Amino acid sequence: MSDTVANVDPAPDAADAPGAPKKSGRRLDGETVLMLVVPPVLVLLTFAGYVVWRQTADLTGAELEQLAWPLVVDLIQRHVSLTLVSSALVVLIAVPLGIGLTRGPLRRISPLVVGVANAGQGAPSIGLIVLLAIWLGYGFWTAVISLTLYGILPVLRNTVTGLQGVDPTLVEAGRGLGMSSAAVLLRVELPLALPVIMAGVRTALVLVVGTATLATFINGGGLGAIIQTGISLFLPSLIVAGAVLVALLALLIEWLGRVLELVARPKGV
Amino acid sequence: MSTEHAMEPTSEEPPAEEAQSQVSGAEIVLEDVVKQYPGQASPAVESLSLTIPAGEIVMFVGPSGCGKTTSLKMINRLIEPTSGTIRIDGEDARGQSENALRRKIGYVIQGGSLFPHLTVAKNIAIVPKLLGWDTRRVQERIDELLDLVGLEPAKYRDRYPRELSGGQQQRVGVARGLAADPPVLLMDEPFGAVDPITRQRLQDELLSIQRELRKTIVCVTHDIDEAIKLGDRILILKEGARIAQYDSPEAVLGAPADEFVEDFVGSGSSLKQLSLVRVSEVELHRPVTATVGEKVGDVRRRAEAAGERSVVVLDSRGRPVSWPWLRQLKGDSVVEPADELITIDQRATLNDALDTMLSSSHGGAVVTGDRDQYLGVVVFDAVTDHIRSLEEQADE
Repeated sequence: MSDTVANVDPAPDAADAPGAPKKSGRRLDGETVLMLVVPPVLVLLTFAGYVVWRQTADLTGAELEQLAWPLVVDLIQRHVSLTLVSSALVVLIAVPLGIGLTRGPLRRISPLVVGVANAGQGAPSIGLIVLLAIWLGYGFWTAVISLTLYGILPVLRNTVTGLQGVDPTLVEAGRGLGMSSAAVLLRVELPLALPVIMAGVRTALVLVVGTATLATFINGGGLGAIIQTGISLFLPSLIVAGAVLVALLALLIEWLGRVLELVARPKGV
Repeated sequence: MSTEHAMEPTSEEPPAEEAQSQVSGAEIVLEDVVKQYPGQASPAVESLSLTIPAGEIVMFVGPSGCGKTTSLKMINRLIEPTSGTIRIDGEDARGQSENALRRKIGYVIQGGSLFPHLTVAKNIAIVPKLLGWDTRRVQERIDELLDLVGLEPAKYRDRYPRELSGGQQQRVGVARGLAADPPVLLMDEPFGAVDPITRQRLQDELLSIQRELRKTIVCVTHDIDEAIKLGDRILILKEGARIAQYDSPEAVLGAPADEFVEDFVGSGSSLKQLSLVRVSEVELHRPVTATVGEKVGDVRRRAEAAGERSVVVLDSRGRPVSWPWLRQLKGDSVVEPADELITIDQRATLNDALDTMLSSSHGGAVVTGDRDQYLGVVVFDAVTDHIRSLEEQADE
């Protein structure tokens, strides 16, 4: 038997042999490579420009105080932790919620929940933050809660859409082979919905990193502090410097989201 | 084993071969099975009672909406019957958990329905892994199955479904259904999504696999020709899954139970008789053969001595690769052409053979046996002779 096996070539299909068989299951086209390389280079160049300006410009006392490196680093750290903690909470809440909304009796109310979340997204973020602060008090965690609420929608919507987009015949195939519904969810539905879910996560990250600028109004910290000081002291240099730093951070976070999206994409899809 | 098959003379009778393999299938009995969907006036399946003998292929056919797919899915409880019992090998299907039941029933779906994010090997390994097989046994089984469905394991094991053609995906789908060696295989329009030539090939392969394995196969199709070709028995259903006729293909064609069956089987049913005759039953012509690498001069001399104008070229493993006219032989030695030769399996029907012959410039078709070994050539005259002899038999 064994040498027969070794001798047997596959019977190729007459009519539909595939083109050049690709060995790798992952495709990296030119556009993707560009999207991966350009943003970090751009961010680095701009940041280098900022450093040059910061070291050479003739700055007043208030400006020097606000743009002192230890303070800026601290603000960046705070901004990043606001963003990452909120985004992690978003994923922990929105993904299970989205899964729940595509299963069993909850399936019927999923348009309603997504609709409500959609409407909530329309509410001005500054209003949400201030209202929550009045209710829960000022500080980091209140900022995290409002950012989390703000970031839930895209992840929730994409989780529902992604799971609904999985070919139902594949789900039936899994069940028909004897996989439990939990196994089908974990091994078929979620992996196939992952690209869509991750796109939602990236949107949430970008949303949250931008909105986190407002956290400073309720003592939540973050790079918004530089801009706020600039506004109240009327120092355009501070406003621009703060805005540039936030923009760079947002670009970097969005890039991180793209990398995550690419890594999470299952091979072969 | 396969080598022995290949060496077998073509004249061997199918029953003798069937005796070699043991029935590994299980009997399925449906008793007064009803499916009533809530909110629908009439039941999808009114009351179906049916015995599917172990080791046979039973084809469910009927117009769309007749309940054939519902009936199939009730066997593995993808759809729960409203009432009635289904017994597989004497055991009540409802007496066990649905997951345990399904792991003992192979399931093959149109287009293969492979999981796109898993490799061929991982797709096939799903059920064995669910059953807790150890890694080595799973790996061995994957290779064995790929070989069985005609895909070279080393080449295809690690590919993703989108790197396969439609026919190859369907083959992997069949391998996945057979992975845990279930006694029963359910197929839902398995060959609906591929082109006619590939479909014919897949059908031939299924018959050859079935000859080896002797499973109980229940297959839904809307194509009466497919049912006639593949089925040991055909179940023709009317709306509500009422049985119009449950009989052998010969009986369905020769003695349709009522007008409904007659209409469904369609006109030209004497032409459909061609679907009952296998190529292996017709006398094959044996033209001169050449082997890849042979001197063109020698081949030409041999063919001219035999009075032939064409030769069949085989590769070193005895598989036909081309069928050139003598004038098409150029150069020093016989080479393997880039284009693939379309061949038919000895288990193909005369219907299939005529299809292939019509598209051939030779007015014939090259016939292969197990593992694509060359057997001979079937020509128009042989087919018409065979039809004539059948008619003479019928007249007597």
